[in-house]
Amino acid sequence: MSTITTIKDKAQELGAATQDALQPVRAAALAAFNQLGVPAVKHEEWKYTRISQLFNQSYQLGVDLSNTDATWQTFRLPEYETANELVFINGVYNPAVSTVRSAGLVVLPLEEAAKGEYAQVVSKHLGHSGKYMKDGINALNASFLVGAVFIGVNRSTEIEHPVYIYNITDGRAGNVFAQPRTLVHVAANAGVVMVETYGSIGVADHFTNQVMEVVVEQDARVEYYKVQNDSNRSSLVSTTHFRQVGKSYVHAVTISLNGAMVRNNLNMVMEAEHCDSNMFGLYFTSGSCHVDNHTIVDNAKPHCLSNEYYKGILDGSSTGVFNGKIFVQQDAQKINAFQSNKNILLSDTANVYTKPQLEIFADDVKCSHGCTVGRLDEEGLFYLRSRGVTEASAKSLLLHAFAIDILDQIRHDALRTYVDQLISERLGT
Amino acid sequence: MLQIKDLHAGIEGKEILKGINLTIRPGEVHAIMGPNGSGKSTLASVLAGRSDYEVTGGSVDFLGKDLLELAPEARAGEGLFLAFQYPVEIPGLSTINFMKTAVNEVRKYRGQEVLDAAEFLKLMKEKMSLVNIDKNLLTRSLNEGFSGGEKKRNEVFQMAMLEPRLAILDETDSGLDIDAIRIAAAGVNAIRSKENATLVITHYQRLLDYIVPDFVHVLYNGRIVKSGGKELALELEETGYSFLKNEMNIA
Ligand SMILES: Nc1ncnc2c1ncn2[C@@H]1O[C@H](COP(=O)(O)OP(=O)(O)OP(=O)(O)O)[C@@H](O)[C@H]1O
Ligand SMILES: [Mg+2]
Repeated sequence: MSTITTIKDKAQELGAATQDALQPVRAAALAAFNQLGVPAVKHEEWKYTRISQLFNQSYQLGVDLSNTDATWQTFRLPEYETANELVFINGVYNPAVSTVRSAGLVVLPLEEAAKGEYAQVVSKHLGHSGKYMKDGINALNASFLVGAVFIGVNRSTEIEHPVYIYNITDGRAGNVFAQPRTLVHVAANAGVVMVETYGSIGVADHFTNQVMEVVVEQDARVEYYKVQNDSNRSSLVSTTHFRQVGKSYVHAVTISLNGAMVRNNLNMVMEAEHCDSNMFGLYFTSGSCHVDNHTIVDNAKPHCLSNEYYKGILDGSSTGVFNGKIFVQQDAQKINAFQSNKNILLSDTANVYTKPQLEIFADDVKCSHGCTVGRLDEEGLFYLRSRGVTEASAKSLLLHAFAIDILDQIRHDALRTYVDQLISERLGT
Repeated sequence: MLQIKDLHAGIEGKEILKGINLTIRPGEVHAIMGPNGSGKSTLASVLAGRSDYEVTGGSVDFLGKDLLELAPEARAGEGLFLAFQYPVEIPGLSTINFMKTAVNEVRKYRGQEVLDAAEFLKLMKEKMSLVNIDKNLLTRSLNEGFSGGEKKRNEVFQMAMLEPRLAILDETDSGLDIDAIRIAAAGVNAIRSKENATLVITHYQRLLDYIVPDFVHVLYNGRIVKSGGKELALELEETGYSFLKNEMNIA
């Protein structure tokens, strides 16, 4: 039986077994997946990221594997003792090992949230990312919705501690496919810092197809960090979809340091005036690692600002992809949208494909974009070496200098130190 | 300490240095002058080990070692320092962090103990006051957005930090105001000793009022065509280089 058939059967079976409030969403998503299928190589959005090859092998479908041993703890982030920790194992939220400690932070199983006080929010926003990603992969995630989570940040609360989200896959029993799902609602005038990270246990092929949707209300503030430093056999499609429904602020930083095939989708849908959002990213790849960052900024209303800056360092025979779409709808006058992507290739066998895509239907807007692909600066290298710095240290100083303006966007100190450490280790310093 | 013999070097098949001979002994100060494009910076770069230039003949001995065989960082370790005519801008790297690495790697090369944070800070403070450089400048990205004079001052600061045996200053005076020239010269003079030497590349006599040379050489079209004492610099200031062309034509 093919992997896709197995997955579909599983989705069907889950749907039948869980007659909960999410069942209509699941059923619709399965229908969509049936129709769309897995994106083929000729699919424009997946041209360089051949996702279909991940479906050529069999996986255990994570939902049955609810491991609760302590192995996941090796992936804990610094200062976890004071953080809120939400742990997904094989795509399923595991409340037994998770900790919610901050006042004003609500964490519920998604199916419960769908029928209680948050029913409106869930029905209005769950699945909104699908409008922007009509490619089967997004639908596939929504066809499961098992162990999915709702995260609510109460009105006018500044969540004191960061929310760490661990997406763990346990492959000790064989290849594993996991589909974590979260819906986050940040109520008016609230603030929260979220950090997502990934970890693989066991020697196997790991494939995670994750979706997080974040609704940001009037005057709310969200800092969102994604840190990926997974194993060489771990592939990931990670979609984070922000919907700024009121004047609000989002600051997102995506750091990708390792994985087999990594695809990040970051969407910023600005549905209110005076929204402000930052999207920063750093990918530093080697070996045969493949990292693809697809971003969408959709300006529906006037007076918004988006600032996007991605940097890449590519070594070995690794591949980087950057695709930045900016839509400016007809009513979105006086918006500012900046985009830049800079890359350094460290080897002849590394590749980068970078493409800005601007679709502007308003006339009074300020948009800029630019991309560069270059080598390490020889002049700089000689300058540093002429002062007695060895070639290896000079390279690492230059690369660190290149990465620093993205690292500096990590405002959570312990996390910045941690990521800086990972990068220094990679640079061999 | 430095012996250059019949040095030929060029780039992409074009010969720029066409047989340079120059000997510098410990304690001496040499000045190289010469018209634009004559090969002064090329000579400095070849000595520092810039790989763009191909050495096609001759030899360079530095303190008993074959300089041309050494990597740029090893040359620095051996005690060579080049203050660049055009210092490179490196966004994201501060002078302080750069110097922390450079000083300690040079110390390692020289078999000295590396400095801990406190010792480094002490050294830095001492050298900062020597060249009168502002701490703000040193915490900013290396040379990025620095004025011409600030870049040159930063070069002198780095020189002071690394305590070279032979310092080559490539037009370190250009872009400096009078006070800055005096300070830069004071920096150079402070590290002058019987063991150390300096090679100053300049277009102006003014710097040589403060760093008084023992020898002045005129480099023209890839060769040293005239050498003399400090009075040669004064002479050049008066007459310019027009005499060269005549002399060369006759020769
Ligand atoms: N990287 C290079 N590529 C091509 N030509 C070069 C290169 N470097 C130097 N040259 C050429 O070699 C010659 C000597 O240049 P150099 O910079 O050494 O002159 P200089 O004496 O330092 O001049 P200035 O007084 O203007 O600083 C010039 O004609 C220059 O154009
Ligand atoms: Mg020059």
